Amino acid sequence: MTTPSGRTDAAHTAGPLPSDEDVAAELLDFLAQRTRTRWEPDQDLFAVGGMSSLFAMQLVVHLEQTYQIAISGADLMLDNFRTVEAMVRLVNKLRSPAPGSTGE
Amino acid sequence: MSDNNSDESLAVVGAGVMGTAVAALAVGYGHTVTLIDSSPRAREDAPDRVRFQLRTARMMNALPEDRPPGSLTVAGTQDAAAGASAVIEAVTEDPKEKAAVLAGLAAATGPGTLLVSNTSGVPIEELGEAVPHPEDLVGVHFMNPAYLIPTVEVILGPRTGDAAATSVHTLLAGLGRRGIAVGDGPGFVTSRLLHRMINDAIELVREGRATPETVDALMRDCIGHRTGPLATADLIGLDNLADSLQVLHDRTGDTAFRPSELLLAKVRRGHLGRKSGRGFYDYEEAIR
Repeated sequence: MTTPSGRTDAAHTAGPLPSDEDVAAELLDFLAQRTRTRWEPDQDLFAVGGMSSLFAMQLVVHLEQTYQIAISGADLMLDNFRTVEAMVRLVNKLRSPAPGSTGE
Repeated sequence: MSDNNSDESLAVVGAGVMGTAVAALAVGYGHTVTLIDSSPRAREDAPDRVRFQLRTARMMNALPEDRPPGSLTVAGTQDAAAGASAVIEAVTEDPKEKAAVLAGLAAATGPGTLLVSNTSGVPIEELGEAVPHPEDLVGVHFMNPAYLIPTVEVILGPRTGDAAATSVHTLLAGLGRRGIAVGDGPGFVTSRLLHRMINDAIELVREGRATPETVDALMRDCIGHRTGPLATADLIGLDNLADSLQVLHDRTGDTAFRPSELLLAKVRRGHLGRKSGRGFYDYEEAIR
């Protein structure tokens, strides 16, 4: 896309990147909304009686779309989605401030 | 089939819940897969559905790491199964449709190619009537999701040949599944037992004696059923469950298998379980 529309595209990333605290807050909200349960940042979402693999994939898709990252290879493992803290670390690691990073 | 090496080419017919899951499993185990469906819409959606399930399987650490994934080709007609070392039929649980598809596949592949019907309850002997070489036909009841549940029910019909019986275990070994073989008959072992219970669980809800949550909590927490019968119904797919119950009812006359009116009403409303976002539970609001 050319310049004018490129601006909308960059809107998410043009400003300062959300802090780890912002990402954690957003994820806790997302979880509370989707599961009707409040979770702690260090709580294991997949412990006995917890979430299914289907929900884990919803988290993957949510993170990819919200933070414009691609999660693949060794990063695509359940341990990276077990807790909000783990997801914050993953987002932080994969988020590239520079545009033009390759996808999957 | 030769060893459980990874270059076997498989054809999977039917790109629905089970077909796409089995295709994802096979691709994840390094096989070359041709996924066949006559519906253009199903074909259009198939690559994304397979990719999504492949990612799910990978995330759950359910795939071998020592080999690259196989390739997926999507096709619209059964002749695309020609040359495959084994064919897995996973169309709707409608005996007539399964028979017609198996007949077409037998014609496309010729004698000596392992033909697998993924059915939860149609007797293999009955499906064998539709193919010229019933000795090539074996039933494999994959569980949903096929790439996460490592054990499958294998059904050897009275006319299943020794070669096919051997081939199916080789095929399953190449997919990392353990097959447990049982004798033929409506519903085999798993559906004969499970579908009766699920249908009764639905009746309890219809009678107003318990909510789905209550039935599942009791069966989970008192009896040790891992998922609960109504959450399992949603996972199976309520249309498929109703079809399977009808197959069982037609063949046994056992009224316990007559699909509950509540189940049929949900199917009519398009509430098909997880795959439609709603069944006995609502998956758009709370996915657990």
